[in-house]
Amino acid sequence: MKNESDAPDLTRRFMLLSLVAVLIFLLLLLRLWYLQVIQAERFQMLSERNRIRYMPIAAPRGPIFDRDGQLLVDNRPAFGVSVMRQDIDDRERLIEQLSLLLDADPEILENRFKAGRRFPFYRPVPLVDDVSRDLLERVQENSLDLPGVLIDVHPMRSYPLEDVAAHIFGYLGEITERELAQSTGKDYRSGDVIGKSGLEQTLETYLRGTEGQRLVEVDVLGKELRVLKIQDPVPGNKVYLTLSQEVQLAAERALGEHSGAVVAMDARSGEILAMASRPSFNPALFARGISGAEWRELLQNPLHPLQNKAIKGQYPPASTFKIVTALAALRAGVATPNTRVDCYGSFTLGNRDFRCWKRTGHGVTDLRKAMRESCDVWFYKVGLDLGIDRLADMAREMGMGESLGFALAGEKEGLIPTRAWKRQRFNAPWYDGETVIAAIGQGYVLSTPLQLAVMSASVANGGQVLRPQIVKRIEGWDGQVIHEARPEVLKTVDFGPGNLAAVQRSLEAAVNEPQATGRASRLDEFKVAGKTGTAQVVRLRDDDRDRAGRVTPFRHRDHALFVAYAPAEAPEIVVAVVVEHGQSGGGTAAPVARAVFEAYFGLNVSAPEAPAGHFGD
Amino acid sequence: MFDRRLLLNFDWTLLITVSLLALIGIANLYSATAAWEGSGGGFYLKQFVWFGIGLMLALLICCFDYRHLEHLGVHFYIITLAMLVAVLLVGKTTMGATRWLDLGFFNLQPSEVMKLVIIIAFARYFCRHGHFRGYRLRELIIPLALLALPVVLVLKQPDLGTSLLILFIAGVMVLFAGIRRGVLILLILLALTGAGGGWFMLHDYQKERIRTFLEPERDPLGAGYHIIQSKIAVGSGGMFGKGFMQGTQSQLSFLPERHTDFAFSVFAEEWGFAGCLVLLLLYLFLIIWGVYVARRAADRFGMFLAVGVTAMLFWHIIVNLGMVIGLLPVVGVPLPLFSYGGTSMVTTMIGTGLLLNVSMRRFMF
Repeated sequence: MKNESDAPDLTRRFMLLSLVAVLIFLLLLLRLWYLQVIQAERFQMLSERNRIRYMPIAAPRGPIFDRDGQLLVDNRPAFGVSVMRQDIDDRERLIEQLSLLLDADPEILENRFKAGRRFPFYRPVPLVDDVSRDLLERVQENSLDLPGVLIDVHPMRSYPLEDVAAHIFGYLGEITERELAQSTGKDYRSGDVIGKSGLEQTLETYLRGTEGQRLVEVDVLGKELRVLKIQDPVPGNKVYLTLSQEVQLAAERALGEHSGAVVAMDARSGEILAMASRPSFNPALFARGISGAEWRELLQNPLHPLQNKAIKGQYPPASTFKIVTALAALRAGVATPNTRVDCYGSFTLGNRDFRCWKRTGHGVTDLRKAMRESCDVWFYKVGLDLGIDRLADMAREMGMGESLGFALAGEKEGLIPTRAWKRQRFNAPWYDGETVIAAIGQGYVLSTPLQLAVMSASVANGGQVLRPQIVKRIEGWDGQVIHEARPEVLKTVDFGPGNLAAVQRSLEAAVNEPQATGRASRLDEFKVAGKTGTAQVVRLRDDDRDRAGRVTPFRHRDHALFVAYAPAEAPEIVVAVVVEHGQSGGGTAAPVARAVFEAYFGLNVSAPEAPAGHFGD
Repeated sequence: MFDRRLLLNFDWTLLITVSLLALIGIANLYSATAAWEGSGGGFYLKQFVWFGIGLMLALLICCFDYRHLEHLGVHFYIITLAMLVAVLLVGKTTMGATRWLDLGFFNLQPSEVMKLVIIIAFARYFCRHGHFRGYRLRELIIPLALLALPVVLVLKQPDLGTSLLILFIAGVMVLFAGIRRGVLILLILLALTGAGGGWFMLHDYQKERIRTFLEPERDPLGAGYHIIQSKIAVGSGGMFGKGFMQGTQSQLSFLPERHTDFAFSVFAEEWGFAGCLVLLLLYLFLIIWGVYVARRAADRFGMFLAVGVTAMLFWHIIVNLGMVIGLLPVVGVPLPLFSYGGTSMVTTMIGTGLLLNVSMRRFMF
């Protein structure tokens, strides 16, 4: 609805608008002319002399404490030597000088220097991260000949317990290109340190802290003249674990030179009191930068020191699985505690004989005796009547065969076989013989020590399958609680009336009565309930089986297992032990559990009872 | 509905100018963020994607006659105002300011939308209430009220920069519509007292920015750091600049925010006065062309719409450049088509779409 009558007026307004725009742009251009042409020389000089730069101050990672506030992982000041690339003229000479001064391999220095090309130009490239004071002095004395070389103090992870609980803490390493690409928005740069495994990885965002920065004025050689402004770094949060240092130490000591794992858990809350995996490694190696030789040694060690066997080791649960078989059979009604089976030392199914570990047989056996003396034949018979699927149901209900959602990465699921699983995996039908050996935890059945602990805890606490927790609390430096763990019941198992009590009594018998396989875990002060297990590593033909392991090569020897809880009347702590190639659950694994109990209850710590005589299974 | 004439009358000049500016901006972002790795590498690519999205939005807008907006204006205004209220109630807070609504798949900044909506609302009002001899105060009560509500809401977020921009954009439209001399004097007095009173309502950080602007050397390492470093970058560019990717100020990271609000100082350092002259002439051409589109518009609504969008672009350019070269205080206003950021790019391209729309329908009544 343009009105012709106001056209001249409008034209004037449009002209005015354009004119104002042109004038203001002219003003901007005049200003630019002033800055870029008239004042150019001055600003160019300022720009060249612009020796004010931001230097990052690394934030100490958050400390890790045990449940009682004892420091487990800390930081210590470390001295590093780095260079400003832009201030270096003769790289080769500098690296030669530094390698002499620092007793360092020039090749390593050269490589780190090259790696630093990915850094922003203004950022110092670290060549050596942890220099002793003596070497540091040598560098300082020669600092005049070393333009562009900087010495810095930065926090470095320290592990007072050395290799104890190393798998829980995990280790650190320099961030990789891939991690960098995935970290968008989280402010990581090349050369930053990042958690690679264990809690360092899981809790990276909590532990990392926030980098601070220093605004510094430097001279033409890149040396700091003065600090203009400091923004302090914010250290990472304080992490309190559910771990008890005493129990952890006891577990690791009891395993000693053995290869294996121990999990100790609060049976009421699922809080992990100890999680040991041997052999272990010292995470301090990684903090200061692990050498190629050290890394290879760890990787090639046949006992896998880097692997957390408590969550990544999958073992046949062997006779510890009889707890599950018993509960499943009682619930299904295929057996009662009084069901009697006559054990002649073997069980015949079709044309196959399944041997009891005791060749002479147990004679007439009921549940209590079968559990106490770990009679295989009783469980063969009951297991066959029960069938694999009902057995598998119970095992799954008790937390086996699936991930428990534990805080550390790489938790294995174990394996609880069913007919459907076998059909899918092997496209083959399920055989009764497989049910028979599954009933004693052999064959396809696999579980992690953590799962054994959770399963046993559900027996101890009346049927609650608890999520195992390792982090108790995360606190900021202002004391603010950022995260607090609560017990989490994953599911509750209904064992049927009276069945659980019967199994509990039998487990008490399996530790405390004469003939019990688990006697080595007995305590005078508290009543322990438990079950031994001895897992076949290779299937041996009956006739060359040698229980004493005299001729069996080490890697073929049986694994020793033991699960237990105490006090039997009101269970507080549950322990699961796996000793690889330990041969006898009762002889090797049960004493480890006993040492853990003693540490937990604060009893006079005795030397672990030497395996005496023949303990059987 | 789609007339062949629309294609014949398509405003290629405008589209090419805008695209040229955006491409220069992306090249500049590439240089500005080259020294960053990891999280920094993708900025120019993301900006390219945003430009693509913006371009499609602009072309989409061309498909609908802008005159529909006149009727939808009221709805738009009410919805956006409701969103501004929602921001204050349930908005996302970052760095002390609550500006975003979390819509799940992206964060919406209703104050940005309001810039466009106020243009539509004012265009509608002035189109419907034509006045040849200048508006009286009485006739301005409705538009002033329409303006005051969002400005106060945005100010409360707090976002001084955006609320001032909304005020400035609306101001250009009111002046263009014409007001009586008495009213003009009154409004100027009102603005002055408002500014005086507003000083006491400003947040500390806002006061500090203004004080620092007046005297950057007062706090060379704190609030003044941006201005001083930016001036050094721009000034040291000299006549012909240090060359693409060669700016020491920016490559050495003395320049903060060099990919967003201070993107221009990277450009100025690397291309010198010569480059800035070309860039500023391109921006000026864009503004003049916007005024030309308004002048050729087929109706009063289209004319006011074009004036409003042009004013929006103009003020963003002026306030950002003024800040970067130390003529204006540091307020977080991005340079259209140049600063990194999806919101700014999309708003600018929607504005471009409106201009294209008005331009291609100049012969259709």
